Amino acid sequence: MLERLRRPWPDIRAERTLGAVSFLVCALVVAMVVFVGIQAWPIFEHNGLSWFGGGGNLGRQLADMQNTTQHPPPSAYYMRAWPLIYGTIITTVPAVVLGLAIAIFSSIFIIELAPMRLRRVAIPVIRLLASVPSVIYGLIGILVLVPFVGNDLISTAQKESVQNVVELTGAGLSVTVVILTVMITPIMVALICEALVSVPNSWREGAVALGVNPLRAMLAVTLRAARPAIVAAAVLATARALGEAIMISMVSGSSSFVPKPIDGLVFFFEPLRTLASSIVNYNEGIGAPALGSALYAWALLLLFSAFVLSVAGYLIKLPLRKYQVRG
Amino acid sequence: MSAVGEWRPTLPAGPPMQSGGGKRSSPLEWRWIDRLALAFAWCAGIGLCVIAAAIVGYMAYRGIEYLRPQLLVQRPSISTSQSGSGGFRDALIGTGVLTLIGIVLAVPLAVGGAIWIAEYGRPTWLARMVESAIEMVAGTPDIVIALFGLSIFQLGLLAPFSFKAAGGGVFGKSYFAAGAMMSLIALPPMFTATRDGLQAVPAHMREAAFALGKTRIATIRRVLLPSVRSNIATGVTLGVSRIIGDTAIIVLLLGDSLRIDPQGSVPGLSVLRGTGSTLTSYVYNNSPAGEGSAPQKAYAAAFVLLIFVLVLNLIVDRIGRSQADTTGMTVAGAIV
Repeated sequence: MLERLRRPWPDIRAERTLGAVSFLVCALVVAMVVFVGIQAWPIFEHNGLSWFGGGGNLGRQLADMQNTTQHPPPSAYYMRAWPLIYGTIITTVPAVVLGLAIAIFSSIFIIELAPMRLRRVAIPVIRLLASVPSVIYGLIGILVLVPFVGNDLISTAQKESVQNVVELTGAGLSVTVVILTVMITPIMVALICEALVSVPNSWREGAVALGVNPLRAMLAVTLRAARPAIVAAAVLATARALGEAIMISMVSGSSSFVPKPIDGLVFFFEPLRTLASSIVNYNEGIGAPALGSALYAWALLLLFSAFVLSVAGYLIKLPLRKYQVRG
Repeated sequence: MSAVGEWRPTLPAGPPMQSGGGKRSSPLEWRWIDRLALAFAWCAGIGLCVIAAAIVGYMAYRGIEYLRPQLLVQRPSISTSQSGSGGFRDALIGTGVLTLIGIVLAVPLAVGGAIWIAEYGRPTWLARMVESAIEMVAGTPDIVIALFGLSIFQLGLLAPFSFKAAGGGVFGKSYFAAGAMMSLIALPPMFTATRDGLQAVPAHMREAAFALGKTRIATIRRVLLPSVRSNIATGVTLGVSRIIGDTAIIVLLLGDSLRIDPQGSVPGLSVLRGTGSTLTSYVYNNSPAGEGSAPQKAYAAAFVLLIFVLVLNLIVDRIGRSQADTTGMTVAGAIV
């Protein structure tokens, strides 16, 4: 048997083996969707589409779920996920918008403006920033930024104004958005830089020759040509931000409280919870059938958003081929 | 050709060119909005570098302040004071074990898949499906992959691979479970790097091998794989840095215990079936967010983790640079 394996393989067997390996990857992805779907099913069965809506106190609903027996009655599955979805949106959208603006301008800086010596430092540094583990960002957030915001930025009056509803410790929306922005910007910078470099130089030189200043030529010609890559970078960054669990669970305050814009400035300091971070917070309770199913339902929603984003990214990248720009 | 070469532009007789037309325009003469954009670009670029430097600098400052050599060799122990809670030897071993399992499982899948896509890729629909599956894995949040792992390792079939409670309940938590899911995390960068490398190999190398009478698979083994070795190395390095940096999978699939807690009596295998910790979960559990609040230990472990990431980054850079020197190819996917 071993002897047969050691001899040179006939082509057909090699092709089949490699094909089977590739097929295994597909099967794993299908298995992932199926398993998460099966585990999430009870929640959707009992709540229907109103699961996406709001209503009631989410913290109490989850506590009730955790306290059920192994065979919970259908009423135990009651939950409304809107606070989590809302929390995910209000952290992801500002972080992506802010990060995109910073990323576009800093890639222009790296490609066009930076002196050669600085550029040689900047690219590895940004690559490093992209690969710092999220738990380190979380650690810095919880040990440095949260105490700073809690002690120095939030006034006592602000803390007292909402003390009956929620305790402001510093952990909350603002710290989460800031760290999330720092986490996703380098990814966007890397992709946008790559796209800017691959736009033919002569296009921009043409504009400069017509008397446009170099920066405007960059903005109007190169950046315009790389537009699909920029959108693709934003899509990828959104996927990262949506799925960020550990860092957000460390710095968001992990409270089922829903920040309300009507609170004015305090809004930015109010604690929240996102879909991904709640999975981390409640992972101990996964043994309780109702709560476990709820966790899988959140995961299914994340999986679905990741799928939509990846399809969107693919569609956006299509026109890029026209310019032979790789995204 | 020669006609183009000999053509000389003749300047039209007209007003002389404006003074300054030949030199670079100074930002001071630009419109205010352009100057604002210029200033913003400088601020953004320098700001990003400063943030990176601040993170590394701060972690290094705290790390050097709290890191003691004995922390690396002591086992963690349960204690209320920071001085008595031991070091993170088990976490270091845990990170090593997980990296090993993840890479061993992921390399055949990633490299085999990449070879199949680049060299065979037929039927086309299957090839397209495999590529989208990899992209899907790349886009899936790690927390979702962790939950998937929890659900499959709780099945009866895979239960022998994981930790059992005293009552016989299967938790689906073990080094093997976490490592298997880690291989999914490491898969996409390895696959992309290998595939891009294979696609960049010039066609004449394959043709030369075929002309010498080599079969397809022999060409792959003797010609193509050696020439994409550095791409595979880059992919593996990126995969390793993903694995050692991942926390969500550890928190869900390895449990809260900081010490390695073997299951069963077979040495080696018992560790794989048992629970424990890695550097990331050590940091997480010692931060105020986790069970034990020991920020000094967390800082020290995070510093070690950051050094690992830095070294892996340097390796990727080095491989990319040496490859660019020898072949003129660049390593794709080196960043994301």
